[in-house]
Amino acid sequence: MAEAATLTLPTRRDEAWRYADMDGVARLGVAALDQWQAIDVPAGDSVTRCLIVGSGQPELRRFRVTLGEGARAAFFVTNAGQDYTRVEVEVRLARGAHFEFGGVTIGGGDATREFVTKVVHGEPEATSNQTVRAVHWNTGTGNFLGEIKVARHAQKTDAAQDFKALLLETGASANAVPQLEIFADDVKCAHGATVGELDEAARFYMMARGLDPATAQRLLVQAFLGDAFVALDDADEHARLLDAALSALEGARL
Amino acid sequence: MLEITNLHATVGGPDNPTPILKGLTLHVPAGEIHAIMGPNGAGKSTLANVLGGKPGYDVTEGSVTFNGQDLLALEPHERAAAGLFLGFQYPVEIPGVSNVQFLREALNAQRKARGEAPLSGGEFLKLAKDKAALLQMDMDMLKRQVNVGFSGGEKKRAEMVQMGILDPAFAVLDETDSGLDIDALRIVGAGINAIMRAPDKAVLLITHYQRLLDVVKPDKVSVLAGGRIVETGGPELALRLEAEGYDAVMADG
Repeated sequence: MAEAATLTLPTRRDEAWRYADMDGVARLGVAALDQWQAIDVPAGDSVTRCLIVGSGQPELRRFRVTLGEGARAAFFVTNAGQDYTRVEVEVRLARGAHFEFGGVTIGGGDATREFVTKVVHGEPEATSNQTVRAVHWNTGTGNFLGEIKVARHAQKTDAAQDFKALLLETGASANAVPQLEIFADDVKCAHGATVGELDEAARFYMMARGLDPATAQRLLVQAFLGDAFVALDDADEHARLLDAALSALEGARL
Repeated sequence: MLEITNLHATVGGPDNPTPILKGLTLHVPAGEIHAIMGPNGAGKSTLANVLGGKPGYDVTEGSVTFNGQDLLALEPHERAAAGLFLGFQYPVEIPGVSNVQFLREALNAQRKARGEAPLSGGEFLKLAKDKAALLQMDMDMLKRQVNVGFSGGEKKRAEMVQMGILDPAFAVLDETDSGLDIDALRIVGAGINAIMRAPDKAVLLITHYQRLLDVVKPDKVSVLAGGRIVETGGPELALRLEAEGYDAVMADG
């Protein structure tokens, strides 16, 4: 019985669930919350995960990544759910390790899609880079909650976080919650967030050269999303993630 | 080829319309290069934007017929497919999209709309290389993002490379000479001649200065002032404007 008590649903008062779709969370149920996937990367090793997540049902993916000295983990995710879809990654970095995260949330309807990351720089000289792009329409929502913790002795940490959202119509929304907790004094931590609309001047320019509105929009969105996958060298995986995102765009408001 | 009749257009939307074009009539037949000159605020760029179909410009009266088609009924991309090219006064930067990808998609979209087969990657690159050479533009620049990091002159030269690749029947060039140094002006002028001087093509060349007209040599020159064409003549009209100014020439009638 004591076990069951620890498995309660989170509420919006929990910082990491502040913008979650609580109805979607309820439909996921408590059992889903306990499904963590552990990834241990030994010193010097490297792993890359490329994921396309999202369906007509609520989805939750939770990863706990532990990086040994000089190890590297890269996550690239297209989050195109038509229902509440949440991807969480917790990372602990040893000395000189690197964590790369490139994420795209894309979609309309009224669904919430979100990335929640917690990157713990517990040792010196580790680096992390997170780039998230969100494209939404109707009353769709994209969230990026990114927590970075730098321990007191984790000097020479270099951690960056960048979020940009493109809202194709009024009613769509995006939330960026960067949370930086830095106890070391010789570190670089950068974060940025912007929310904007499609560049109408660029769209007219493209149409004046013969591109129909849908093609012009697709090209502009493709260019906007590009940054999220720029660190993904595998051309096939790159194309797979981008195609998944762009096919979600079909049916979006022009 | 292009017949503009009694064109009235406003900017500012239906709530706060400002009339800019006030009964503009102009006929540009095939084979003609027609220069439009005029003082600031006369409506030159508005004319170009209305012809291109830019959002934010409302035609309130009059008509524009292009090869017998009602141009104003077409969407901007349909105008392009029909053979109209709008050369921008301020070409737009598109980060993340390469010139090659943009122009190949644009050309193939136009070809598709006309029922023509698309060009393959190889065929397109050969065409692009030829046109870039014509404008003395380094092919490497075409592989870069559209207009990003280009100087003002490079953007205008890139516009002409685009025109060469798309091979329109009619070009509306809005102050293509602004931002060009003397050498670039000659190259761009020669490019306009090479691409558009043909019996089945025509150009509306909007400019402030005689310099470009020394190279392109228009067949006709019209003065646009107060939203209307107030005078049309031969190339000598441009020379008179350059020497005497708009006020003096217009006062003479």
